[in-house]
Amino acid sequence: MNIPEKQLKRVDLIFAETEVYETLEIAFKRDKQEVLNEILESGLRGRGGAGFPTGLKWKFTAEQPSEEKYVICNADEGEPGTFKDREILTRVPLKVLGGMAICGHIIGAKEGYLYLRGEYRYLVAHLDTYLNSFNDWLKKHGIDFTIYIRMGSGAYICGEESALFESMEGKRGEPRNKPPYPTVAGFRNKPTVINNVETLVYATVICKYGASLFKNLGTFDSRGSKVFSVSGDTPVAGIYELDFGMTVERFVEEFGDGDTKAVQVGGASGFCVPRKKFKETIIGFEGVPTGGSMKLFNSSRSMYNVLHNYLDFFHEESCGQCTPCRIGCQQLLHGIEAVKKGEKSTAYLITLLKLAETMKIASKCGLGQSVGNSFKSIVENFKEEMIY
Amino acid sequence: MTEVQELVRSLTDRHGRTRESLLPILQGVVAKESYLSDTVMTEIAKQLDISAAQVFGTATFYSFLDTEPRGKYVIRICKTITCDMHGKRQIAKAIEDLLKIKAGETTTNKKFTLLEANCLGWCHEAPAMLINDTPYTKLTPEKVLEILTDYMQNK
Ligand SMILES: Cc1cc2nc3c(=O)[nH]c(=O)nc-3n(C[C@H](O)[C@H](O)[C@H](O)COP(=O)(O)O)c2cc1C
Ligand code: SF4
Repeated sequence: MNIPEKQLKRVDLIFAETEVYETLEIAFKRDKQEVLNEILESGLRGRGGAGFPTGLKWKFTAEQPSEEKYVICNADEGEPGTFKDREILTRVPLKVLGGMAICGHIIGAKEGYLYLRGEYRYLVAHLDTYLNSFNDWLKKHGIDFTIYIRMGSGAYICGEESALFESMEGKRGEPRNKPPYPTVAGFRNKPTVINNVETLVYATVICKYGASLFKNLGTFDSRGSKVFSVSGDTPVAGIYELDFGMTVERFVEEFGDGDTKAVQVGGASGFCVPRKKFKETIIGFEGVPTGGSMKLFNSSRSMYNVLHNYLDFFHEESCGQCTPCRIGCQQLLHGIEAVKKGEKSTAYLITLLKLAETMKIASKCGLGQSVGNSFKSIVENFKEEMIY
Repeated sequence: MTEVQELVRSLTDRHGRTRESLLPILQGVVAKESYLSDTVMTEIAKQLDISAAQVFGTATFYSFLDTEPRGKYVIRICKTITCDMHGKRQIAKAIEDLLKIKAGETTTNKKFTLLEANCLGWCHEAPAMLINDTPYTKLTPEKVLEILTDYMQNK
């Protein structure tokens, strides 16, 4: 295949200092439709993993006739290997709040909520300082929009949007059936925009610099840049903002330790890319999508241990509401243990792969539906490591 | 008013008495008492005018809302893959040896509880742990002993 190779290029939009208040003043004076068009035109897609076009999400919510609407910033960041939202909230909180206010302005919401995972509670004091002055500024400028913080309490599933609404409503974080989608019935069953932390910062950036700066980065399917959380067997673990759409090969050249055998793209719910596929695999919506989690494994690592760790994670974090996921996670975990111990024949892996496929179809939410991603890509590419 | 009634009253005054206030109230109790006793949960149910089953059901869903007695300091070691690869087991062993407890247990003086947690969001500085709300990263067995000795002597 002849892919025009994208070189690895660092970008500095997310963490760069931006005059947020100035950006807001200009945005609030402009026609709402014009600002929305800018977001639509930029090609920005959600950075939380699923990649829904942000402009469309805002447009659908803006079109809802309801008087009561909400903007929610998803700062639950629970996907193993993702830590960029924490860094964004630490370094540029105003840009996050700015994105929420712009969204509120466009869709006609009066309240915004930032749902922060319990593991990041230490950030609340820091965020409160910014939040208070931000809310005051809005009030002083006659903008009827207020942002509040709500805390999670250690449940990965609460990052799933409808589980997050349930949690904010004081209930168990159990995902709802879809449709209706949040744009129609989200928090308190009202039209709601829920966006990832990074998505909201890019919205601020796009308002500041215009759509074309963003649109000219990345690829056709994956416009713009993306913040990556790099960890595992790498000498340079950390947070990097890169031009979107490079191959795994380019990525490994920059971040590997010279002995990379696999990269897990997108965390436990993402895909494992083995060395032989580095060259042909694009990191982005046209290839392997990621909310930012990039874990490198070198040849000293057992991929059985990696998969076991992920399955243990899913087994614990499944909300237990639907059977394919509740029982499926448990059976996959016990299944690979049995094969490893020789209690089951290697053919049992085929049965487990079928189960993973069933979970993809029959599970109620994205958690159960994506367990099969890592399961299938690890088992198929590292079969011998599962057995011996 | 009993102490429990007073605590719950102060939290309902602050967060409200609707179903939506439940999580902030439960979080407030845990911040103060480190766990949710049956008495507290029953009192919350009474003050919010919802069934105790709803309060228990919600509380037990969340891993940070403990319903068993916990020490003053809850240590949560990250067990997800990157921390595991970078020495989580040695860190856990150092803590177990020092405090003479295993994961899931509390010291007899009720000062420390040791737990494991899923990804804490510090993979680039693995291994990591939380003590109550405070993250500690790039841990080594030596570093962890230093941190805990400080808690034992000064807190
Ligand atoms: C199990 C599960 C966990 C999720 N966790 C998060 C999360 O921690 N942060 C996040 O932004 N999105 C998370 N999502 C995706 C959200 O449901 C939602 O798509 C996202 O917040 C939308 O924002 P975006 O369009 O800006 O990406 C999760 C989805 C699933 C299925
Ligand atoms: S797929 Fe899993 S996490 Fe999602 S609703 Fe079903 S049991 Fe809950």
